Amino acid sequence: MPINYIFPDFEVRRDQDRCIACRACERQCANEVHRYDEDLKKMVADESKCVNCHRCVSLCPTRAIKIVKTDNAFKENANWTGTLISDIYRQAESGGMLSTSMGNPTPLPVYWDRILINASQVTNPSIDPLREPMEIRTFIGQKPDSIKRDENGRIITDTTPQLELSVPIMFSAMSYGSISYNAHESLARAATELGTFYNTGEGGLHKDFYQYGPNTIVQVASGRFGVHKKYLEAGAAIEIKMGQGAKPGIGGHLPGAKIPADVARTRMIPEGTDAISPAPHHDIYSIEDLRQLVFSLKEATDYKKPVFVKIAAVHNVAAIASGIARSGADAVVIDGFRGGTGSAPTRIRDNVGIPIELALASVDQRLRDEGIRHRLSLIVAGSVRSSADVVKAIALGADAVYIGTGALIALGCHLCRTCYTGKCNWGIATQRPELVKRLNPNVGYQRLVNLVTAWSHEMKEMMGGMGINSIEALRGNRLMLRGVGLNETELRILGIKHAGE
Amino acid sequence: MKRVYVNEEWCLGCHLCEYYCAFANSHVNDMAKALKGKEIHPNIRIEEKGDISFAVSCRHCKDPLCVKSCISGALSIDDGVVRINRDKCVGCYTCVLVCPYGAILPSPSGVMQKCELCVENEGGMPNCVMHCPNSAIVFEER
Repeated sequence: MPINYIFPDFEVRRDQDRCIACRACERQCANEVHRYDEDLKKMVADESKCVNCHRCVSLCPTRAIKIVKTDNAFKENANWTGTLISDIYRQAESGGMLSTSMGNPTPLPVYWDRILINASQVTNPSIDPLREPMEIRTFIGQKPDSIKRDENGRIITDTTPQLELSVPIMFSAMSYGSISYNAHESLARAATELGTFYNTGEGGLHKDFYQYGPNTIVQVASGRFGVHKKYLEAGAAIEIKMGQGAKPGIGGHLPGAKIPADVARTRMIPEGTDAISPAPHHDIYSIEDLRQLVFSLKEATDYKKPVFVKIAAVHNVAAIASGIARSGADAVVIDGFRGGTGSAPTRIRDNVGIPIELALASVDQRLRDEGIRHRLSLIVAGSVRSSADVVKAIALGADAVYIGTGALIALGCHLCRTCYTGKCNWGIATQRPELVKRLNPNVGYQRLVNLVTAWSHEMKEMMGGMGINSIEALRGNRLMLRGVGLNETELRILGIKHAGE
Repeated sequence: MKRVYVNEEWCLGCHLCEYYCAFANSHVNDMAKALKGKEIHPNIRIEEKGDISFAVSCRHCKDPLCVKSCISGALSIDDGVVRINRDKCVGCYTCVLVCPYGAILPSPSGVMQKCELCVENEGGMPNCVMHCPNSAIVFEER
């Protein structure tokens, strides 16, 4: 047997004084870490299989288990980190690309954390959202060039189709296949109750979820999985996915193991076959081509539904967004480099794309400079982690945000980043029936509703603190933001002043 | 009356209900102290085969066979809850034989034991319901 160069990342620490050997950890670990040793009469663990998902930790009735980072160390080296050394061992053995899941975890700057929000003191009154109206309702869609009146002087209110959001937070595109039926049901029911939208992702729409159509955004991606006329008509809006923040420039690959009959039927592909999304749309090589698809989709749905175009935040994002504005799309979705994924090559995820904060600020500014900001709504995604991030995003110019990772965390995700194995112990990123049932959507949807409700309360408090009572007055209001510890270039791109200025 | 119901669709077969039941009925304030190294005798049990599992405990029938058949008057209905007076039980096993759900079982002391909906343990909320990680066990009117 060849040398095993990989030392396990984690240790399973079990307090034997507390362990009652109920074996819940063993029964709940799809990675088969825990087992009861009949001879020793105690639970033992094989930490080499542990992905640190905390399922056992959360379910242990006596809190006997904790997972700790191993203190086994390579010789200290600021250049060749232990992770890089282990990655080389892995690739030297496999000859393959490194796979990973969820968003970029590297310590690159998080601009949200370098931006601070203003509050009113003395000269302008703050507003108490519990006593006074506070409007966070948002409309997504093209806005008219000018106000038009009829012969009686009344404003003509016919607009192109709009989505009405009770809160400026939607659930990001996550396909049925990458996540489970119960995760989709939780998202769909939560979006319906909250008066917002969830997104099917590129895997089509399961027949059971057509009933949530009025709160569904249906996606059309390069694989065109599950796309047909009834699908397009089922949703409230259609999103063309050109790119994804976690893996800009590359396609997707859902392994056959995650394509049981139900997923296959929804995607309209044979059972057990790999679902491969090409890197480009093979019919889109220019803004003109994109315009053709935008209008094909509008034509197919009688011009009743807004069409979004989703792109990853990359270097020329502002120019690309400007092109998208001219393609006839109703909204552009920009997904930052920290956006999540069910599976991506590690090197792509960690090294391609740019931060969403910078992309958002530069797109909003470019569209304003060109006088076309009203022609499309601006939605941002890619690690919006809290209500404060939402407020900052809107003040930087976003109309609304998408949350994906945050929503999954609400459903129990512990960011163990092994979605690609299909063995999600939380019943989220798996298609194995015995694991899928671990996510009870009656519980899951309520947790999502709670999360967004909590965030909207916090947003209202922050807005009230700034003396703002409507989301419209916050949108693009960069004077409400200040940077800390940012250089001149960063401040210029973000369009904000430094704290103290 | 509220009863314990089990939604088989959401039961994970983790068996935690059995341990929480045994803990609640141990009247010890620490779970490890109550259960460590001991064989447990819960009033709720997981039935499982293959991928199917569900918890079974006393149904608190409206017209319970166990109460009718009890020869010593140990079993009675108190506000809808089928309760057992362990001082009166003579260990004849008649209730065990007649219960269609297998929800009454002998305890290590020789007398019978059964679910009493934690009326004396957890302020009226059955411990199995409170701690089911997937809300498969519910306490509700039906």
